[in-house]
Amino acid sequence: MSRVALVTGGSRGIGRAIALRLASDGHVVAVNYAANSAAADDVVEEIVAAGGTAIAVQADVGDTDAVSAMFETVEDRLGKVEVLVNNAGITRDDLLMRMGPEAWDEVIETNLRSVYLCSRAAMRGMLRSRWGRIISVSSISGISGNPGQANYAASKAGIIGFSKSIAREIGSRNITVNVVAPGFIETDMTEGLGTEIADEVASRAALGRLGRPEEIAAAVGYLASDDAAYVTGQTLVVDGGLAL
Amino acid sequence: MDRTEIESKLTDLLVDELGIERDDITQEAKFEEDLDVDSLGVVELLMALEDNFGVKIPDEEAEQITTVGEAVDLVEAKLNG
Repeated sequence: MSRVALVTGGSRGIGRAIALRLASDGHVVAVNYAANSAAADDVVEEIVAAGGTAIAVQADVGDTDAVSAMFETVEDRLGKVEVLVNNAGITRDDLLMRMGPEAWDEVIETNLRSVYLCSRAAMRGMLRSRWGRIISVSSISGISGNPGQANYAASKAGIIGFSKSIAREIGSRNITVNVVAPGFIETDMTEGLGTEIADEVASRAALGRLGRPEEIAAAVGYLASDDAAYVTGQTLVVDGGLAL
Repeated sequence: MDRTEIESKLTDLLVDELGIERDDITQEAKFEEDLDVDSLGVVELLMALEDNFGVKIPDEEAEQITTVGEAVDLVEAKLNG
């Protein structure tokens, strides 16, 4: 069944792979981006070239008014959002003793406030149609913790508690709320950490390698599908056996 | 739109959207206690009122609504205010 899906932070990395996956599963996709319109347009073009339907929509997802405007645009052009993928995320890594309030606030706003804002905006339509999927991308950092990522880990752990609460609130309306927690995935975000760290992490994973964005997208595709109708409030860890 | 029209439209919404028995709906009926509508159901009803009557109900006013009659009052005030 074809649904209208919105992927926040859908222009690059894991979000890009999720947008492409949902489109190839037959869904109509709104690709949200913060600044890189060229990258978002690329994703849209790739989807359209493959015979799918997609639009790009700009919004800072941590901003209340921007999120309202984004939902208005998506609903006008594609219809009510039935599958929301909260994927947008940033890092501002530093040791806590060197982490200023700005680095804290920025990460919480983009990674966690956005989940609150977008879920709330999507819920209205989902409640009316008695069907919905909210899938948020967390991180293994939010489960195991990671030095230098107090802000990021807090935001990612927050997503899990948020999702479990909402799953209970709206389960009776046939809306499922789940989380995918990636381990170390090859993206621009992790590339900056250098090959030494990447090799070290890969060696700690049971599967002995880093993950690919498509492998996270596959988990999101499953949670968005009819096969996952009875799965809610869960965190699916996709980390190659890193945190066992 | 006069009060009778609002009442009948609201009754239809309660029956159609929330599956409430038409006979149970009175002006004095309390949503949560008498009609077995949960708190999320009240939120859904207010959304349906907004969509169907084209009014905007702020959260703080929505929280005051406990009975069918109060919901009618609110819609009437919004439409005529």
